[in-house]
Amino acid sequence: MSIAPDARPRLARGVRLHEDRVRGRTVLLAPERVLTPNASAIEILRRCTGALTFTEIVNELARTHQAERSRITIDAESLLTELANRRMVDL
Amino acid sequence: MTHPPPLGLLAELTHRCPMACPYCSNPVELDRRSDELDTETWVRVFKEAADLGVLQLHLSGGEPTARADIVALTRGASEAGLYTNLITSGVNVTKARLEQLADAGLDHVQLSWQDIDPASADEIAGLDGAHDWKRQAARAVIELGLPLTINVVVHRRNIDRVADMIVAAHRAGARRIEVAHTQYYGWALANRAALLPTADQVEAAHAAVARIREELEPGILIDYVAPDHFSRWPKPCMNGWGRQSLNVTPRGKVLPCHAAESITGLTFWNVREHALREIWEESPAFTAYRGTEWMKEPCRSCPRKEIDFGGCRCQAFAWTGDAANTDPACEYSAHHAALEAAVAAPRSDTLTYRRFSAPRPALQD
Repeated sequence: MSIAPDARPRLARGVRLHEDRVRGRTVLLAPERVLTPNASAIEILRRCTGALTFTEIVNELARTHQAERSRITIDAESLLTELANRRMVDL
Repeated sequence: MTHPPPLGLLAELTHRCPMACPYCSNPVELDRRSDELDTETWVRVFKEAADLGVLQLHLSGGEPTARADIVALTRGASEAGLYTNLITSGVNVTKARLEQLADAGLDHVQLSWQDIDPASADEIAGLDGAHDWKRQAARAVIELGLPLTINVVVHRRNIDRVADMIVAAHRAGARRIEVAHTQYYGWALANRAALLPTADQVEAAHAAVARIREELEPGILIDYVAPDHFSRWPKPCMNGWGRQSLNVTPRGKVLPCHAAESITGLTFWNVREHALREIWEESPAFTAYRGTEWMKEPCRSCPRKEIDFGGCRCQAFAWTGDAANTDPACEYSAHHAALEAAVAAPRSDTLTYRRFSAPRPALQD
C-alpha cells in the first residue's frame, strides 16, 4: 500500500509515545499493547501529529538525516502502513 | 535480587457491581465497601507503580465507576504518567461521566457485552436492562472519540453467536474486540456445567472467528483467546507468575493474578503495610512460582517451559492440591484425564449468580 503524499498521518486517539524512565527507552502505548520503536521509527512517529503531510514528514527526515528521500519514503510507508493496519495510526 | 519490572497493574477498585455474571473473575468471597482502599492510598499505589516501571493501568472491579472517586482516581493515575484503561460494564455509566473521565486523562475504554441477543445478555448479567446500558455506553465512548474495545466472555449460552457479536462491535465503532473463553475459577468453576461449551461448539466458534477475521480486519482488531480445556497444552497464564503484571484487590492485597487467593497457604502482602516495589521483589506470594526453578516434572525438563510456564498455578492447585504441579489442561499432566472427564460430563442449565455472601455474625469491641 502506498500512502497519499498529502495524507496527514497522526497517532490514533489512545496511542502515544511515552518516555519509559525506568527502562530508559521510548515506548509506544496503545490499547493493551506496549511497542518499542527503534530510533528511526521514533523520528517518524514524533512527526505524526496530523500537522504535517506525509511528503513534509519525508522531506524533514531527509533534511535532518541527510538521507535519500526514496529510502525514507519506503521505510516510512512500511512503518505507517503496518501501524494503520493495527489501528494505531490514522492516515 | 531484583526482577525485571512489571508492565501492567490491574486495580480492582471495588467488588461492587450492578451485574451478577456467573463467570465473574472476582473471588467467591467478595470484599465489602468498608474494606476498600481510600482515594489517597490508591493514588499513592499508582505513583509507586509508575516508579516501579508499570506502564499500563487497568481500572477494574467489580464495576470501577461504582467508586464515587473514579474521576479523581483516573486523574491521579494519569498524572502519575500511567496509560489508563477503564474496564467497565457500562451499567449506570452516563456520557457525562465518561466525558469527565476523558478530561481526567482516560486513554481507553473496555466495555463488556454479555451477548448480542438482549434477553440472553440480561439473563447472563442477572440484570434487566443491562444490554441497553451497554449499547448507550458504546455510543457515548465513540461520540467522545475515545478508543473502544468490546470484551466478550464466551460460554455455551452465547458462543454460537460469536460472529454476530464481532459484527455488532464493528458496527458500534469499536476499534478492538476481545473474545475470551470463560476461565474456570471461582464463580465460573461453580457454574462450569452451565458454562462449558461442547467441543463441537468450540470448533464452530474457531471457524466463525477465522471467517469474520478475514472479512473485517483491520476494520476491527480481533483478539481471540482459545479455551485451555480444549487444547493440548495449557495457556501461558499471566505470561509467567510475577513476570509482567500485578493485581491489587479492593482491600489492598497484591496478587500475581486475580485468582491467586484461591491457592491457600500463600501469603499476600498489602499496600497498606508494604511499598509496591518491596511486594513485587520480595513478597512470598510473588517469589513462590517466579521463573522456572520451582517446577517439578514433567514441566522441569519440558521444552515448552519457557513458552507456557507450566500453565496456570491456580488451576494446578484446584485440581491437584499442589500449585507447583503441571496445569491439568496440559496433556502431559498426570491429572489431565480428570479435566477431560469434566469436559465430557453432562451440562446443566442452572446458573449461580455472583452475589455478596450474607454477612457472618461478628462482634467488635
